[in-house]
Amino acid sequence: MLINWYRFSSPVSFYPLASIGAHVFGIFAALLAGAGLFVALYVAPTDATQGDAYRIIYVHVPAAWMAMFIYLVMAGWSAAALGFNARLSAMMAQALAPTGAIMAALALWTGAFWGRPTWGTYWAWDARMTSTLILLFLYLGVLALRNAIEDPRRADRACALLTLVGAVNVPIIYFSVQWWNTLHQGSSISFTVAPKMAATMVAGILIMTAAAWCYTIAVALARVQAIIVERERGATWLESLIDLRQRGIGRSPA
Amino acid sequence: MSEFLAMGGYAWYVWMSYGAVALALIVETVVVRARRKRALKELRMMTPSTPVGRMRGAR
Repeated sequence: MLINWYRFSSPVSFYPLASIGAHVFGIFAALLAGAGLFVALYVAPTDATQGDAYRIIYVHVPAAWMAMFIYLVMAGWSAAALGFNARLSAMMAQALAPTGAIMAALALWTGAFWGRPTWGTYWAWDARMTSTLILLFLYLGVLALRNAIEDPRRADRACALLTLVGAVNVPIIYFSVQWWNTLHQGSSISFTVAPKMAATMVAGILIMTAAAWCYTIAVALARVQAIIVERERGATWLESLIDLRQRGIGRSPA
Repeated sequence: MSEFLAMGGYAWYVWMSYGAVALALIVETVVVRARRKRALKELRMMTPSTPVGRMRGAR
């Protein structure tokens, strides 16, 4: 297929694509979340040792994974933004930061409410918990830096640099449970070892994670639409956007 | 139903977790949509030439 993918590296070409993507992934996210919640709260059996408190895993693990994945994706876009001086890449990184911060905060919050009944404490300065707290601060730092710099192109470069420097924290979070003798348990799901949990439990976590992915893609694309319009208005291409909207393409989902 | 809500005695922990996630994601969705809507509205106000009328008509 002869598709000129470079075409989509300009905000004008990407806007209608983002609009369609936000719509489609939003629908996927809703369907998967519905199915995932049904498995998590109804189908999956009660845990033998933790009782129903373990059900927090279905929101905690997806939130914690997304907090790390979003950071890596954000770092990837930041590297592209610095390397190719690409506006749209910087906008994608900008669009991901708030969602990453929310996911990190939710991972910590749900972890606290899971830790209390199982470990007897809402918080401990455990290696994984502390490194996840640092991840939240990195997200907040990127957001604050963005707000502190008037010129968007300079903010792009500063945020990209901070994001890339902070990326070292992600492997620290991931391997913290192996490197240090921590309160936090090891990996719940491994790619190399057969799961120690019931199949429905694993399925529930995977469905909820897929829902979190789709949600993140949808909300980031919707946010990048807003960012494109905010940053590029006054540019002549917006006339063509208006033409696209006229033809029903790129209409913002109702 | 009340047995389901009780979550085997862990209702506070389970529903504080699920509730926070639901609230955060709903609020984020509403805020992002409002931001996109506001950006497009400001764009329409900034371009008072012909395309505005066409765009308004298209909606």
